[in-house]
Amino acid sequence: MHSRLPMLATLAAAVVVVSACSPKTPPAPPVPVVNQDSLDAANAARAAAEAAEAAERARREAEARAAAEREAAARAAAAMTAARAAFSAAIFFDLDKSDLTETARATLDAKLPLLRANANVRIRIAGHTDERGSDAYNIALGQRRAAAAKRYLVDNGIAADRIDVVSFGEDRPAAMGSDETAWSQNRRDEFEIIVGGETLRLP
Amino acid sequence: MTRCVYLTLGAVALLTTLAPAVAAQDPGVRIGLTYTAGTRPGVYLLPVTGPYQDSLQAILARDLDFGDRVSVIASDSGAPVNGPLNYQLYARLGAAAVLRVEQAMGGGVSVELHGVGAARVLQKKDVRITAEPLSPEWRLAVHRVSDEVEEWVTGVRGVAATRILFNRNGALFTVDSDGANVRQVPNVASGFSPAWHPNGQMIAYSGYAEDGSHVYVRDLTSGSTRRVSFDIGVNLTPAFSPDGKSVVFAYGSDASDLWNVPLQGGEGPVRITVGRGSVNVQPTFSPDGRRIAFASGRLGRPEIYITDADGANPQWLTTTGFGDQSYRSDPSWAPDGRSVAFQTQIEGRFQVATINLRDRSVKQHTIEGINEQPSWAPDGRHLVFTSTRGGSRQMWVLDTESGRMRQLTTGAPSRMGAWSPRLNGTP
Repeated sequence: MHSRLPMLATLAAAVVVVSACSPKTPPAPPVPVVNQDSLDAANAARAAAEAAEAAERARREAEARAAAEREAAARAAAAMTAARAAFSAAIFFDLDKSDLTETARATLDAKLPLLRANANVRIRIAGHTDERGSDAYNIALGQRRAAAAKRYLVDNGIAADRIDVVSFGEDRPAAMGSDETAWSQNRRDEFEIIVGGETLRLP
Repeated sequence: MTRCVYLTLGAVALLTTLAPAVAAQDPGVRIGLTYTAGTRPGVYLLPVTGPYQDSLQAILARDLDFGDRVSVIASDSGAPVNGPLNYQLYARLGAAAVLRVEQAMGGGVSVELHGVGAARVLQKKDVRITAEPLSPEWRLAVHRVSDEVEEWVTGVRGVAATRILFNRNGALFTVDSDGANVRQVPNVASGFSPAWHPNGQMIAYSGYAEDGSHVYVRDLTSGSTRRVSFDIGVNLTPAFSPDGKSVVFAYGSDASDLWNVPLQGGEGPVRITVGRGSVNVQPTFSPDGRRIAFASGRLGRPEIYITDADGANPQWLTTTGFGDQSYRSDPSWAPDGRSVAFQTQIEGRFQVATINLRDRSVKQHTIEGINEQPSWAPDGRHLVFTSTRGGSRQMWVLDTESGRMRQLTTGAPSRMGAWSPRLNGTP
């Protein structure tokens, strides 16, 4: 109702102006009448549309950002899982031996980045043997195996006081059985983070 | 159940041939019997009467049988024998001696050893036993009676009144020499490589801890336990010196060497071996305490060595060619000082062997299954060892002279047996 009244008034004013003109004189160009209300309405509509579009764009951007963040987090988690797996990978030894094989060195190398990126982390290396051999001698042999891995990590710049070594001899086998398959899996060092494992920084 | 030889009359004819030989011994020996290795004089065990007769009879018969020095002869009727003995009858049964054991009023037994050839009582003793009948202490007291009887007959005291410490499921247990009375050593969370103090009242053992393994000394009577290892790392295979004043064990954070730690004050830990980066474990003292045998990997493979107790003059002992040249360990120095028992790989399996210290000749004692961890009885004749021959790892006892073997433990797998000295009191 309110919007119709000003519209009628405008129409009436236009009729008065036309009837006042003489036919001889060319009609004066109509004075443009700014219809402020209409303009405002259009502007408002456009602004609303633009705002909606901006909101939509923002929403899409936020979504994309979140997705990217999720993806990054997943990538980081995967990287962390991989780093932890590389850290906890066991190394294996030949029968009655405590020297590091080439494979064992490579496995130890893969642990270095995580240890270097997390100077607060303390680890424990546990040496194990297969079931053959003397029970007591095997505990001493397991210690040598754990100490060999520690020595390698220390030689590669990891502080000695961050590494504990223990031996369990043949008392905690990883694989049951009395054949070379089981024995070769049991002649090993295991690696465990004992301090600082909850909040690791990625290398 | 007794495992002694129950004779029936059918067997008498066979045994009568033995009796004259035994009876006609040199009269110079202390009871008129001469004991020589390889012969087993017959001892006739008269039926024991009284409230605990079955247990008493069974323990005595089994102890004398397990001693492997006498042949136990028991009546199969079990009828009591009163009055004077008919020595000629026992001579015909193959007995060189007759043992009469009667229960005394108020606890204890009265023991009489009759010489069949001499036809009279040779030894007599009243033994007061105050322990609750059938209790572990009572059993040990009866075992001591058996040991004394064995000494009367053979001149060598028996080893029935002893116990064997061993590892089962990571904990420590003791078992009487006859396989009875298996008991866990209380409050030992982790215990292995046990060893007896010469007084039979204390033990030492290794145990796993958070920071590695440690060596502990425990008083069996009070149960009080203290750590004697002085640093973290491996702390393994303790042995008391024969004077009981110190413990020697293997310690190392990488390689391991033998160290001596005095039990009472004195100077601190003293290093014995210089292994230069090798494993050196399992010390075992010569009876005079002047030397130590041990296992060392200094050649790359474990072998047995002997050193002076202060570490001087280390020598490779197991140099002679026998078995696989790959693995010898777990030495135990015989109480008579003449030989060292150890485990050696033969065709890929461990077997128990002894090496004579005079001529370094080696004798293999086992064939069946995997046989390890020998430990001498105080008689220097019997060994306890771990064997898989029965299907699972169990403790077995070997008579090194006759080759006779018996299973000591059953049930959960058992290993690392350590034979006690003769036990006088009950820890």
